[in-house]
Amino acid sequence: MIAEFLVRRLLQMVPLLIGVSVLGFAMMHLAPGGPTALYTMNPNVTAEDVERIKEAWGLNDPLHVQYLRWVGNMFSGNFGNSFRGGAEVRGLIIERIPATLQLMGTAYLIAVVLGFFIGTLGAFRQYSVFDYLATTGALITLSIPTFWFGLMVIFIFAEQLGWIPSGGTRSLGSGGGGLLDQLHHLVAPAFVLGLVLTAQWSRYFRTSLLETKNQEYVRTAHAKGLASSEVLRYHILRNAILPIIALAGVQLPAVFSGALVAESIFGWAGMGRLFLDALTYRDYPVLMAMLMITAFLVVIGNLLADVALAIVDPRVRAV
Amino acid sequence: MAATPAAPTATLSMPARMSRQESIAGQIWRRFRQHRMAMFGLITIIVLFLASLFAPAIAPYDPDQVNPLARHQPPFSAGHLLGTDEIGRDVLSRLLFAGRVSLTVGFAAMLVTIIVGSLVGLCSAYYGGKIDVLLMRLTDVFLSFPTIYLLLVLAAFVRPSVLSITLIVGFTAWMEVARIVRAQFLTLKEQEFVTAARAMGSTAPRIMLRELLPNGVGPIIVAATLQVAAAILAESYISFLGYGIQPPQASWGIMLNNAQEFFTRAPWLAVFPGVAITLAVLAFNFVGDGLRDAFDPRQRMR
Repeated sequence: MIAEFLVRRLLQMVPLLIGVSVLGFAMMHLAPGGPTALYTMNPNVTAEDVERIKEAWGLNDPLHVQYLRWVGNMFSGNFGNSFRGGAEVRGLIIERIPATLQLMGTAYLIAVVLGFFIGTLGAFRQYSVFDYLATTGALITLSIPTFWFGLMVIFIFAEQLGWIPSGGTRSLGSGGGGLLDQLHHLVAPAFVLGLVLTAQWSRYFRTSLLETKNQEYVRTAHAKGLASSEVLRYHILRNAILPIIALAGVQLPAVFSGALVAESIFGWAGMGRLFLDALTYRDYPVLMAMLMITAFLVVIGNLLADVALAIVDPRVRAV
Repeated sequence: MAATPAAPTATLSMPARMSRQESIAGQIWRRFRQHRMAMFGLITIIVLFLASLFAPAIAPYDPDQVNPLARHQPPFSAGHLLGTDEIGRDVLSRLLFAGRVSLTVGFAAMLVTIIVGSLVGLCSAYYGGKIDVLLMRLTDVFLSFPTIYLLLVLAAFVRPSVLSITLIVGFTAWMEVARIVRAQFLTLKEQEFVTAARAMGSTAPRIMLRELLPNGVGPIIVAATLQVAAAILAESYISFLGYGIQPPQASWGIMLNNAQEFFTRAPWLAVFPGVAITLAVLAFNFVGDGLRDAFDPRQRMR
């Protein structure tokens, strides 16, 4: 059953990935100047040079030939070379992935734990002072621009109080790079990203629990005399978790966006930082590769969430 | 004999129908008013809107007026309620004028989102079949990209202006609206009052405009309100990074970009624009939440 479901979902992924690549390819070619924009703007590069580059990159071939070559290259992991320094894009990105995953993982963890407690308490004490403060607080947190929030955290906790380093992934010089040192650097960005996610998750948990709490089977469970704690564990939480697993996948693009913002403010050397650096220099190959890789990770993440859902909930497999 | 009872029914039903419609709007307003946070949001939006509209009259200084003698004046100093920046420009005046740009982009981008999203959603639901599959797959494709990555790639390759930023923000956010509009239309299409209207001989466009649109408009208005908030946030971040609105034009995001450099010396430069963004975004989020409850009281009762 699960295998069949997995195959079906994998097949559904194919048109999505084709769409993603076509859109990415189109964006690259619709941009003014196309892939050679950087060279066209450079006064030291003559029109003949640009023509030579175009010929060398195969930009004079028909579009579908170019597209297929580009996709073929991506599949073999060849994302081209950075305009800046000429390093292989693949290496540049692989180097940055762990830092971003660390940040996103820690933030997800904070959000799931805190969000679960806040959301559950809110749902079971609906319209209480706590619930009111939690829901209002969540909305306020979601309204604060993450980058500004990060700036304020740096100002207060790094510059005024000196509790945390003001940025970077590790301390420079001797003593830098140890596990504790890295964690010390991780605290602020993970906290900022985690808090935003917590706000979202507590809302999800609350809504999902409220919905489940009022289902008839919960009333039945109470009526047949089960202890409240048992009803909560076996009847409410188990069912309320389901939509939240799906949301973990759906939320992934937003988490990537949030990570980029947190990385940009705290100088965390992850993929977001790499992306922004590439943006400064209009480093096309890096930008396109990053766009495709993040979209690809999102598609995979959604697939994983669906599979997790299918494992927990047999009804999903039939869909 | 057949025509006689029909006539009084028709004359009776017309006023009855109108008063019913009025009372629906009244009910929504009544429920909205009970939502304290939503009312706070609404008042905040009105104040921000009026402050931006009348900025030239309210602002104590010309927002671009440089004063080398009054650089980095802290807040509450003589003549400058919110202080001055690195070249002596009055922060309050700049904030008011920047609000015009930020709010304009927020509203205009929302309109782009709603128009594109509604078109995609309507076509999808109305034509169904292959077109539906194609459009919904396209929506999935757009949803696969992390918004900020998409926004920044587009913004980096387009000459930045208020118009281009508005279009970019709008075109990267229409997916949710498309899904909402499609879902609304599909559900409503099967409802009994639509069948009734069809049975009475209403034409397809009439059914769409008179029956479907008024009934499905709630979630769209809610999405539109929340979209203004999202668009203001998006613009502020792009401008903060320097790919959005360009100086000397000011937006709240640009002011933050400026403030970063003088962070330790003049923290207030970073505080006030951030508070302005938060306030505006919060207001729209509160109103959106209040409208959702007002349009669909069942959701609140849950």
